[in-house]
Amino acid sequence: MNRVKYICSTTARMLTLLIAVSILSFILISASPVDPLKAYVGAESTLSEEAKEEVAEYWGLNDPPAERFLTWADHTLHGDLGQSITYNMPVSTVIADRFKYSVALILAAWVLSGIIGFTAGIFAAVKKGSIFDKCVKTFCLILQSAPVFWFGLLMLTVFSIILGWFPIGQAVPVDKLAADVTIWDRIYHMILPAVTLSILGTGKITLYTRQKLIEIMHSDYILFARARGESVKQLVIRHGLRNIAMPAITLQFASFSELFGGIALAETVFSYPGIGSAVTAAALNADAPLLIGIAMFSALFVFVGNFIANVLYGVVDPRLKEGGYRA
Amino acid sequence: MGVLNNNKESVLKVKNLTVSFSRYDRGWNKTNLQVIHSLDVEVFSGEILAVVGSSGSGKSLLAHSVLGILPDNATITGSMEFMGKPLTEKDQKKLRGEQIVLIPQSVEFLDPLMKVGKQVKGIKGTVEKMREAFRRYGLSENVEKMYPFQLSGGMARRVLVSTAVMEKSKLIIADEPTPGLDMEMAMETLRHFRQLADQGCGVMLITHDIDLALSVADRIAVFYAGTTVEECPAEDFIKGKKALRHPYSRAFIDALPQNSFKPIKGTQPYAGDLPKGCLFADRCPLRTEECGGKIQMSSVRGGKVRCVHAT
Repeated sequence: MNRVKYICSTTARMLTLLIAVSILSFILISASPVDPLKAYVGAESTLSEEAKEEVAEYWGLNDPPAERFLTWADHTLHGDLGQSITYNMPVSTVIADRFKYSVALILAAWVLSGIIGFTAGIFAAVKKGSIFDKCVKTFCLILQSAPVFWFGLLMLTVFSIILGWFPIGQAVPVDKLAADVTIWDRIYHMILPAVTLSILGTGKITLYTRQKLIEIMHSDYILFARARGESVKQLVIRHGLRNIAMPAITLQFASFSELFGGIALAETVFSYPGIGSAVTAAALNADAPLLIGIAMFSALFVFVGNFIANVLYGVVDPRLKEGGYRA
Repeated sequence: MGVLNNNKESVLKVKNLTVSFSRYDRGWNKTNLQVIHSLDVEVFSGEILAVVGSSGSGKSLLAHSVLGILPDNATITGSMEFMGKPLTEKDQKKLRGEQIVLIPQSVEFLDPLMKVGKQVKGIKGTVEKMREAFRRYGLSENVEKMYPFQLSGGMARRVLVSTAVMEKSKLIIADEPTPGLDMEMAMETLRHFRQLADQGCGVMLITHDIDLALSVADRIAVFYAGTTVEECPAEDFIKGKKALRHPYSRAFIDALPQNSFKPIKGTQPYAGDLPKGCLFADRCPLRTEECGGKIQMSSVRGGKVRCVHAT
């Protein structure tokens, strides 16, 4: 019974969140100084006033904001999330198309930052105060403070331009037919953007794991385990990992939001045709339906991330399981 | 091998133990803080030695020194002998959890995310031994599958004691095993220790509750500001002030609830700011010029005392 209640309340919260996000982003984009008509026809368009008026009429740009929002809501309830002005396609198609690229990128970055961060954090904590620990700490602080776009440009300059190891952008080779593109081509093109994006999470998860493990290693139960003859290795494996896994996993799932923020920058730098570059395009063209669609989609994505973290918490920690599901 | 004392073997003999911690004091100045000084204590097989003293007197650090689990910034000097042989760092690593075991204070010392059975078994025990220990202390089999937070107070107590009987241990160190327990449960815990001692273990019972300690201990060691000021048979405490040797032990008796709670003035000196000579001098009614010198442990009336005025 408890579980049904939990699922209902979660769904209700998700729906209110989506409604709030759509209204807020619509208000923001309505207040944006970018004129969608000008963005559509181009600043130096030679179109006559009448033709421009027709375009505006076609896209419903002259309707009062409330009406535009309701039209969009009607489309959304019918499943297509409205028509994107930028791509001249239903928003749902644009998102589905682009998300294919982004999801691979996000997952790669997510796994990469998780594995590297967790491992580095554990070794740094075990060797606390050593040169390795100091290097890891310094490196993480630098990564933490480096902006993604700057780091992306740096990677491009070093690995694509100076060393020439990686392509300079795009998700697939420009000189190949779509049918000839192999999975290796895709992976090859994904490496630099994925590494750039993973930088966002690595520093944080490393420092967090390190700090948390140091705390655990000073706890009473570690002291007792040592008194019972466990070596440092056994302490870390038997007790350290067990106790650190849960907070680390939670943090990692909660980082979905940052990853989504990061892809807008990373994809733009690498001209990678994912959701991130679509959001940039949507903003520059004041493409309200697309922007709202993506905003809602990312809210959903982050919500799911946090939801998974919550559920996992209950699965991993027996103390929470007993109290039933709680968010 | 071993010093004989009423046909009992010396299990642990600590002589002239000093423990100090290095720390940063105001910026980059590294200073050493000596928290245990010239401490002597001996535990024999088949007996319970109660180490009593107020908090901050260094009782737990003594336990951690014996087990070799002090933090990295601690340095120790002096000598420790286990079963008549010098106890080196290498021995400690091998012996802890086997011949030297610690019984901790509370369930907080168990990994909150590991099932109790697996924890009691530890890395050195076996499932059979764990089950045997559970039976011995009346813990049902389903306790094995519980997590520490699910244990009741009494169960937790018995689980902690059962960790000590996984191996044939010779020395059991119980660090404050009774605070927060009601009288009945505290007595039950102490009965377990008595039983272990009667089977031939040496038990070092660290506590600040002298009343409880007296009910089971054979000998008492009184701690003050990081050293032992008196070591004597437990009867002397029961006989009362006159039978004791050190003014601090006598003050201890006065401060007991049944003796009007009378406290002595002053506080235990801080480890970083110790007086020369007798550490108790500034609170002592018997203080004289002689108290300013180095005070050695001396044998008086079948006990040991660190006081020049003891007779």
